[in-house]
Amino acid sequence: MTGLVVLAVALVATVVIALVMRWRNGRFASAAPADDQERLTAGQLGVPLGERATLVQFSSAFCAPCRATRVVLADVAAAVPGVVTVDIDAEEHLQLVRDLGIMRTPTVLVLDASGAVTTRASGLPRRDQVLAALDRTVADAP
Amino acid sequence: MSQPTQVDPRGLRVVAGITAAVLAAVLVIPSEPVRIVLLAAQVAVFAVAALVGLQASPYAKVYAAVVRPRIGPPAELEDARPPRFAQIVGLAFTTVALVALLAGATTVALIATAFALVAALLNAAVGLCLGCEMYLVLRRIAPSGA
Repeated sequence: MTGLVVLAVALVATVVIALVMRWRNGRFASAAPADDQERLTAGQLGVPLGERATLVQFSSAFCAPCRATRVVLADVAAAVPGVVTVDIDAEEHLQLVRDLGIMRTPTVLVLDASGAVTTRASGLPRRDQVLAALDRTVADAP
Repeated sequence: MSQPTQVDPRGLRVVAGITAAVLAAVLVIPSEPVRIVLLAAQVAVFAVAALVGLQASPYAKVYAAVVRPRIGPPAELEDARPPRFAQIVGLAFTTVALVALLAGATTVALIATAFALVAALLNAAVGLCLGCEMYLVLRRIAPSGA
């Protein structure tokens, strides 16, 4: 009897987790207020910032969707002028991961021309989600 | 024998599906000896996949022998490290379940089994690797040596 109850709970939990993950993956949070944005520098990233925006991806070895995310970001960067992508190994930058509150890989940050983090998403994003986030970042630029 | 670093993602889903069926059986069959045998078998399967390699898992062999010949070669391969890490997480949960069951703590055993079942079902149904999702969270907690 207990087993059946536990099974039922497990099945419900599975469906809930699957739906939450589907909703969350690639969903870019609304931009933080300008005075509350973290800022990343070219020094921290190891490459120069993009002229208009930079897409920063945090990856790890145990991450199945990281490769697909890399492809999406590279595709977007190739299509939009002034945008570059950076791939950061989360395990080699744990302090940065903690400072930025990154909990999952892949996590994608969108930086404006000055390096301020305007929005972020975790999980595999769709191309149109990244393009929309970039649009907002570039549109908000002073 | 070198460790294969690329695996057929469809095989992983099938392996997860068989795992989920075995774990569901553990929950549903209210017989101590049957539960012990099923859990011990699952612990052994996880251990082989985690320690030897994903393709060495008996479930993966079932996939390679029965399913793969019917559906042809995969369109793309996947990195073996995330799913292998997930097998280690599965091994941890089923080991806890087995030990609890042998110690007479049936409820603890069933709950640990349920955690492994949720992870296996998510993997089989939507390809989500719950163990991998937990990985960075665990690394963050660990004192920074890197």
